[in-house]
Amino acid sequence: MNKPLRRIAIFCGILVMALLIRDNWLQYVQADSLRTNTNNRRVAIERYATPRGDIIVDGNPITGSVEAKHGDFKYKRTYKNGAMWAPVTGYSSQAFGSTQLESIDDGILSGTDDRLFFRNTLDMITGKQKQGGNVVTTLNQAAQTAAFNGLKAQGGKGAVVALEPSTGKILALASYPSYDPSSFAGNSTDVDSKNWTKLQKSNDPADPMLNRALRETYPPGSTFKVVTAAAALENGLYTSADTATNSPLPWVMPGTTTPLKNEGNIPCKDATLRAALQYSCNSVFGKIGADLGNAKMLAEAKKFGFDSPQDTPVRAYPSVFSDKMNASQTALSSIGQFNTAATPLQMAMVASAVANDGKLMKPYMVDKLQSSNLDTVSQTQPEQLSQPLSSKNAQILQDMMKTVVEQGTGTNAKINGITVGGKTGTAQHGVANSANPYAWFISFAKLPDGSSPVAVAVVIEDNSANRDDISGGGLAAPIAKSVMQAVIQSKK
Amino acid sequence: MSSTTNPPTHHTSTIGAIGAPSRRNTELALLVFAVVIPVFAYANVGLAIDGKVPAGLLAYGLGLALLAGVAHLVVRKFAPYADPLLLPLATLLNGLGLVAIWRLDQSKLLQQIHVAGGKATNQLLYTAMGIALFVAVLILLKDHRTLQRYTYISMATALVLLLLPLVPGLGADVYGAKIWISVGSFTIQPGEFAKIVLAVFFAGYLMVKRDALALASRRFMGMYLPRGRDLGPILVVWAISILILVFETDLGTSLLFFGMFVIMLYVATERTSWIVFGLLMSAVGAVGVASFEPHIQVRVQAWLDPMHEYVLSRTPGVTGVHSDQLQQALWAFGSGGTLGTGWGQGHSELIRFAANSDFIFATFGEELGLAGVMAILLVYGLIAERGIRTALAARDPFGKLLAVGLSGGFALQVFVVAGGVMGLIPLTGMTMPFLAYGGSSVIANWALIGILIRISDTARRPAPAPAANPDAEMTQVVRPS
Repeated sequence: MNKPLRRIAIFCGILVMALLIRDNWLQYVQADSLRTNTNNRRVAIERYATPRGDIIVDGNPITGSVEAKHGDFKYKRTYKNGAMWAPVTGYSSQAFGSTQLESIDDGILSGTDDRLFFRNTLDMITGKQKQGGNVVTTLNQAAQTAAFNGLKAQGGKGAVVALEPSTGKILALASYPSYDPSSFAGNSTDVDSKNWTKLQKSNDPADPMLNRALRETYPPGSTFKVVTAAAALENGLYTSADTATNSPLPWVMPGTTTPLKNEGNIPCKDATLRAALQYSCNSVFGKIGADLGNAKMLAEAKKFGFDSPQDTPVRAYPSVFSDKMNASQTALSSIGQFNTAATPLQMAMVASAVANDGKLMKPYMVDKLQSSNLDTVSQTQPEQLSQPLSSKNAQILQDMMKTVVEQGTGTNAKINGITVGGKTGTAQHGVANSANPYAWFISFAKLPDGSSPVAVAVVIEDNSANRDDISGGGLAAPIAKSVMQAVIQSKK
Repeated sequence: MSSTTNPPTHHTSTIGAIGAPSRRNTELALLVFAVVIPVFAYANVGLAIDGKVPAGLLAYGLGLALLAGVAHLVVRKFAPYADPLLLPLATLLNGLGLVAIWRLDQSKLLQQIHVAGGKATNQLLYTAMGIALFVAVLILLKDHRTLQRYTYISMATALVLLLLPLVPGLGADVYGAKIWISVGSFTIQPGEFAKIVLAVFFAGYLMVKRDALALASRRFMGMYLPRGRDLGPILVVWAISILILVFETDLGTSLLFFGMFVIMLYVATERTSWIVFGLLMSAVGAVGVASFEPHIQVRVQAWLDPMHEYVLSRTPGVTGVHSDQLQQALWAFGSGGTLGTGWGQGHSELIRFAANSDFIFATFGEELGLAGVMAILLVYGLIAERGIRTALAARDPFGKLLAVGLSGGFALQVFVVAGGVMGLIPLTGMTMPFLAYGGSSVIANWALIGILIRISDTARRPAPAPAANPDAEMTQVVRPS
């Protein structure tokens, strides 16, 4: 019987060997893909095992972490004034993942980024708990508060973006209505999931989770005339703010029999560029667009950042200025109608480039990334994106925009002792322009020393209660004014 | 086999081995390791989870040492020539199992779903009962050949044990497999005991019938085909296995019994044709039953695509029969990696139900890593091989058959359970011997080790006096090859 016994011994050996091979396959070859599989709850447990680093504004954290009372995720994200900062932070939810800064800089915040490797290794050796690093933003607490409170007081939907023209730093980024990311940061089905569901667009038509400052495009209306004016100056169509333009009234759009109407009875016939901007003459800027043609208008718009997304690093959707339009479409587009659509960030970039003597700086909201012991891991350097207009032309345009605020449609943005330039806009939309128009205001402030600390874009949509009142000057300009004041105050 | 593992001068040879060392001190030294390693592991769990040495360390250590000590003394007195590895290896596995069960007792999640909490104390009690049975086997069973007398009683007992879970009111359906009975507050897995009783029956039966099965056959295409009437026993066992599969819906138990029978049949008859028949019949049976039994189908699907099964288990409306356990176990193994997370630092509680019984191997995988799992698999392999070595050394056919049946069955069970948990084969409802939580398993396996030790003692024991005829001696020598 011993021969079969030996064979059975070998057979049992083979069984064990098969298990050993399988185990090596599982725990060595496949180990990494199993360990990092997103459905593997250990990934999330590990992620929430240590308090997350913070997002910092003006030296103070706007986020926090608390120990959760239930479940196997130890720490939960909290937000201070979450609704106000949500367009900046995004959310980090145990149940619903994360977005925006919380997602983009997750590696730093959760402490897993390779750049923190040395620090983590040191902590591991010294037995300290792994800690996340911080994200220091460029935002300005006072400006953000002014922007958010201004929108909230209006009560309608809207957004505000404020930039520092010389660097591209984002100083304010507000969207209204907003949401509190703390309300669904946890993982419980009866609290967090319910709050989450309530915020979805399907349940809340106001769509509070939409980041209107970066992710919604609106027809910019008359604020786009600043871009058209820049195109006219840059292409040499007109060389000064104060010479009469060749602008008949009424002006019939080429290829059509339709005259391009102005709002009310305003002096637009052969108006100077300054007067045309001051009174917001559709006929003058429409004709400039038609005269320059689609290609030149498009080139100028692109220099201002149209048609490409902006990574701030939170991605802003591309604004639109169309290609392949005929003369009348180009004319309409040049006054911010037809296909033209812009994010609030885009229009702030327009104001910012003008204020910064023609140089457009790349907008950014992360100043630096820090390790948990506050060492700088990476620092963002300001970067010039393009030069949409020459310094001389920029100054001409600045001067024209000052006139708008001092004597034109934007007088609500006047600040004592400070030079303010701006442009109002009231964009029509909807079938046969039946919906409530969007109220726009873009502006910049200039200090007596010639520097420009802030450029702002404000958009207010659909305030159905005050249909007649909707105008950039009436609704949007006061918010822009308070944001600019807040920035100037905080600089002092 | 013997010559490769032992010096050629002793052991395997039979009567010539007068004065062979008893190896009891080797066993004692190994037992010290088998007790100390789990004690360190226990301390490690406490340090990892609570940051301090657990309060129960002394009681646990003393308890394990006491049980091992008693077992050792009984072996020393009643089976002095027994194999020195079996007891330490089983003690080591049992100790580590206790640690893992205690570690899972600390999980709040498992406590909430009443899977864990105070289970380690129960398991220590079961271990004590197991050791008691082990001691009883060694004291009462002076010679394993006594069991031969109970061949047909064993058969009846095994049938009753196997059919018990099907008795209405007694059987308990645990996640689809009906291999449990509940008596009062206890649940018993009779299959674990049936494993031993069946081995006794098969050994006794085959010893008597081996000649008829082996010799009365026709040659066909190079294979010896058994006569029709000799096919009877294998057909009956096959039919019972199929019945287990159909009515208790447990692939593992079925596979274990049939596999054990085929192994013993092969050893008894030395005919390869039986293996071919066995494999064919298991294949036919498994495929046939799987074609209509939804529980088995789900298990096979889960094995083929565990991720899909995981998704199904989370899809509202289709839960119920679907379970994410296999995928969770695979993640546990993968997350452990080469060296593991260390005791108490894994998350194998995510497996939830049966985390400390059927799936306890995944906890070892996660917390001890590839290194630990390989070590444990080798320990199991060693137990099986020492059992087969005992069969080689045994002088009587009944002892040989019983030893190879028990160790082969043990190896098959380890393969079926570990292979199932690691996704190598479809998952079944059996438990890892000694590691898993459960009284039946621990008690039955200690009895199994007791019987193997008894056979190995008989095999290695020097003859009381030199035999009269030296030629007769030589004919019994197992040649080292």
